[in-house]
Amino acid sequence: MNRFIYADNAATTAVSTRVLDKMLPVLRDEYGNPSSLYGLGGRAKMLLDNARKQTAAALHAQPEEIYFTSCGTESDNWAIRGACELMEQKGKRHIVSTAFEHHAVLHTLQALEKKGYEVTYLDVHSDGLVRVEELKAALREDTGLVTVMFANNEIGTIQPIAEIGKICREKGVLFHTDAVQAVGQIPVDVRVQNIDLLSLSGHKLHAPKGVGALYIRKGIPLPNLMTGGAQERGRRPGTENTASIVALGEAVAAACETMEERARRLSSLRDALIEGALKAIPHSRVNGHREKRLPGNVNMCFEGVEGEALLLMLDQAGICASSGSACTSGSLDPSHVLLAIGLPHEVAHGSLRLSFGTETSMEDIEYILEKLPPIIQRLRDMSPLWERIIKEEQ
Amino acid sequence: MYTQQVMDHFTHPRNVGEIPDADGIGEVGNAKCGDIMKMYIKVKDGVIEDVKFKTYGCGSAIATSSIATEMIKGHTIEEALELSNKAVVEALGGLPTHKIHCSVLAEQSVKAAIADYYHRQGIDPAPIVGTIPACEGECHL
Repeated sequence: MNRFIYADNAATTAVSTRVLDKMLPVLRDEYGNPSSLYGLGGRAKMLLDNARKQTAAALHAQPEEIYFTSCGTESDNWAIRGACELMEQKGKRHIVSTAFEHHAVLHTLQALEKKGYEVTYLDVHSDGLVRVEELKAALREDTGLVTVMFANNEIGTIQPIAEIGKICREKGVLFHTDAVQAVGQIPVDVRVQNIDLLSLSGHKLHAPKGVGALYIRKGIPLPNLMTGGAQERGRRPGTENTASIVALGEAVAAACETMEERARRLSSLRDALIEGALKAIPHSRVNGHREKRLPGNVNMCFEGVEGEALLLMLDQAGICASSGSACTSGSLDPSHVLLAIGLPHEVAHGSLRLSFGTETSMEDIEYILEKLPPIIQRLRDMSPLWERIIKEEQ
Repeated sequence: MYTQQVMDHFTHPRNVGEIPDADGIGEVGNAKCGDIMKMYIKVKDGVIEDVKFKTYGCGSAIATSSIATEMIKGHTIEEALELSNKAVVEALGGLPTHKIHCSVLAEQSVKAAIADYYHRQGIDPAPIVGTIPACEGECHL
């Protein structure tokens, strides 16, 4: 019998009951504008303050360092574009980043390059990890910003954030990290890790879509991205999305409470899936470092098959997953992340990402391991590329 | 995003496989782009008696090659040469814009197999079949 398995938590997550229970009464009753003076507005303001405390606590930040936004992409844009304005004032126009950032960062950097900023994209090597020495070597007199993601959204590799933060602080360079995939999954501490700017998103941790936050370290006069009202202490205009912000605060708190236990459980499920798939499917490989990766992230390539066809067949078996093939990205090329770790196009087209979450069970892993190998075999049986691979092997 | 016909041909592709003693074999596409279609034809008295395909590619690549085999099987070579990518798209009830190129590959794979057939007969296929552009990865429109 077919099951339904949601294994695409890195794409988005379901809103949890705990979060929904907090959020729905706000939607229903607390419609006041948090900027209004009367009691109804004041209550909404208090709800925001509470969510701010919850979010700050998860990052080991101060509440006044948290600014709510509409999503992770907005946070990334604000952090990077704002930082550029700041460094410009000091005559700095060089940025250091990586080749496998999320498009919210990458496309922002590309837009800035057109405006005359210079960006050095660090190699992430075949294991999907930035080398701290290479980052050090890339820093120049005119480097004003380093932006390196906390954990990669496709291959889940966790970057040496604390080391990068330390170097940046010593050199007086602003350090931004897109932590959309990391918050609530692995420990984040903006103090210990010397992070100046950090982006996070609600819908990756069981809050709804359309809410995010930017942490701005106290004392950094980051210019605004938008102009408007005095919300968020005059730094992020627009009437606050109270219910979603409440949801974000609750979701972050919930994720952190259960983080350790969940990380342990998901890591073992992840490893069971990887080992099982490697054993059952020849010509398969794991993308990204085996240990230094998010607990629930599996990313593999199966030679001779194309990712979209694989996803369609998995969907028919009730399994929701994603791929970095060109056909699924809707562009000419397969995922820039897989190309950045040195995979040839034809291998990258056969990629599969499974991202597990709170609901994932060992039975789910067993079911995937039962369904996946015959699906791969079926696609390979009709693949002239697979035929070629086998012929070359013989 | 796919029509029922596309999903049907993807889930139950017709004429999958190889013909060991094929009279013509055509292969188009390349691995770098993420799709390769290989078409085998068996010809008797100018009629395509049998056709088989193998495809590496996405759902619509598999579906377009499957339906193309159905559209030429039992037809004369002349009729098969008339098969256009547009007809393939129509037969599938439409394709998303960025997948139209799969139908182009399906048309080309049929032509490539027929060209190979003529070639084996000692006939220059170029005036009959025309030139089939080699895929350099530029075919993704």
